[in-house]
Amino acid sequence: MGFIELQHLNKRYGGSRKSEPVVALDDLCLSIPEGSLFGLLGPNGAGKTTTLRILCTLLSPDSGSVRVAGRDALADPRGVRSLLGYVAQEVAIDKILSGRELLQLQGDLYHLPRSRRDSRIDELVTLLGMDAWIDRRCGGYSGGMRRRLDLAAGLLHSPRVLVLDEPTVGLDIESRSAIWTVLRQLRDGGTTVLLSSHYLEEVDALADQLAIIEAGRVIACGSPSDLKDALGGDRVTLRVREFSDESEALRVQALLQGCQGVRQVVVNRAQGFSLNLVIEHDGVVEQLRRQLAEADLPVFALAQSRPSLDDVYLQATGRTLMDAELAVAGNRDAKAERKQSMR
Amino acid sequence: MTSANSALTNGSNETSALAEITQETLALTRRLFVQLARRPSTLVAGVLQPLIWLVLFGALFANAPAGLLPGGMSYGRFLGAGVIVFTAFSGALNAGLPVMFDREFGFLNRLLVAPLRSRSSIVLASVLYITALSLVQSLAIMVTAALLGYGWPGAAGLLLVLVTLLLLVFAVTALSLGLAFALPGHIELIAVIFVANLPLLFASTALAPLSFMPTWLGWLAALNPLTFAIEPIRSAYAGDLSLAAVVLEAPYGDLNTATCLGILAALAAGLFLAIRPLLDRKLS
Repeated sequence: MGFIELQHLNKRYGGSRKSEPVVALDDLCLSIPEGSLFGLLGPNGAGKTTTLRILCTLLSPDSGSVRVAGRDALADPRGVRSLLGYVAQEVAIDKILSGRELLQLQGDLYHLPRSRRDSRIDELVTLLGMDAWIDRRCGGYSGGMRRRLDLAAGLLHSPRVLVLDEPTVGLDIESRSAIWTVLRQLRDGGTTVLLSSHYLEEVDALADQLAIIEAGRVIACGSPSDLKDALGGDRVTLRVREFSDESEALRVQALLQGCQGVRQVVVNRAQGFSLNLVIEHDGVVEQLRRQLAEADLPVFALAQSRPSLDDVYLQATGRTLMDAELAVAGNRDAKAERKQSMR
Repeated sequence: MTSANSALTNGSNETSALAEITQETLALTRRLFVQLARRPSTLVAGVLQPLIWLVLFGALFANAPAGLLPGGMSYGRFLGAGVIVFTAFSGALNAGLPVMFDREFGFLNRLLVAPLRSRSSIVLASVLYITALSLVQSLAIMVTAALLGYGWPGAAGLLLVLVTLLLLVFAVTALSLGLAFALPGHIELIAVIFVANLPLLFASTALAPLSFMPTWLGWLAALNPLTFAIEPIRSAYAGDLSLAAVVLEAPYGDLNTATCLGILAALAAGLFLAIRPLLDRKLS
């Protein structure tokens, strides 16, 4: 049993005479261990936000169950709310209030005693480097400042679980790394951190555990290194010349396909007929060089890399995350999405 | 022993529940007042608009023949009660706007993620805020009217005026909050407020007595909640504070102050009950 258990969640949006319902979650199951930094990875529109909104009791699923620390979010939403800190994707702040006033309001909504509330605010102001502007009105904050303020608001009541929806999207490098540092510190301090992201590097760098979500379902789950290891083999990109032509590339392909320890050879037309290989172990590279030398072929460039999360995604879905993003980019309806999030 | 213990725990739970509801309600109310203090245009406009009515409309009929109005009062004195009620009414009609903006900008979601002891706190904060605001605006108009020589109801009269306004403000606030959750956006809410405002003023006894009106309009005015607030206040200004005094000779019968206040109280209670299922649905 995980600390957070999402079981068989289903959720559809809309559905009227005019439009077919959109399936947001399709029997999604997820188990998140306590104290982990857990990443939900998937393209836009995969169902990440819906999952997090259901977990935070902002949305009820059509069917399925949600449990946090043994509490049922559907039966005892208030109990679950007090365990969670939620940092939403669209940061809603009151422009007229100062950052400090917003945090004070938030503290009162979580029923912190006044002295505890104010000392906790001071702590977070220091932790997140907000001293210089926390007493200015929120209306003038930059994206990075708003996100930090929202992170502080989510952390104010020292929740056992921090839930973040795309916490670094659109942020400058400095704000992003500041947020990463804080998330790691939290995890080290025992807080369970759950974040969604469509940045591969972010999840790869941060998460102990991750789930890849596609079309409302979990298609892969595990630690980043386990998932990559499960794919097996290193990736090698090879060019015999700076600019090969097709026939030469095909000749090399035929030659390499015969080699022992080479699993797959693809001619990458998009990259000037370079060759993409999957090899079983490091020793294969030396063997490749020998074979090429025997066939009198030069080696202009040879790069070896571990499989990335993108390869994991590619393996599971048959397309890269970038392609998936592009495919949904045109299908989203900002107006409908705003309506879904409005009460 | 066990039952005594559990009763004790229950007792302390209830105290802490009350303390928590107070804490969250006060925090939400404070936010609305901080907004008002930093953006006082609502307050200023809310006093300015009825003031203009009072001065300009009052001047328009300043030369009305003496004895035209019941009890031989001057038009300015007659109009005063109408404008006071109109001030409270239009203030309360705006109660839903902050809630609507919170819905639209997603701030409401921030409140709903928090473990509020009772989500009624969100509604309660709006009611407290708008009640205070409307009463302050009405008091400002009353003072101005007094300075213009349109009279002052005295201490006991003031109490009657405030109670009457309070009942009307509760009813209209409930209506406006209901609309704020029922309508899709602030454009629609503002449209409804805009359309509702003037007809309710004209079809009441704020600007002219029932006896001036054609029968059909008289009926409308005699059914208009604004009239039930205006007439007790007018009577208080005229110095008659008796609850049994007949203040409205409606086509369907005479109404005294107590009946008018009773109708307003029933309306406020009825509207809050009516919007409750909607609020429960939207806030759950």
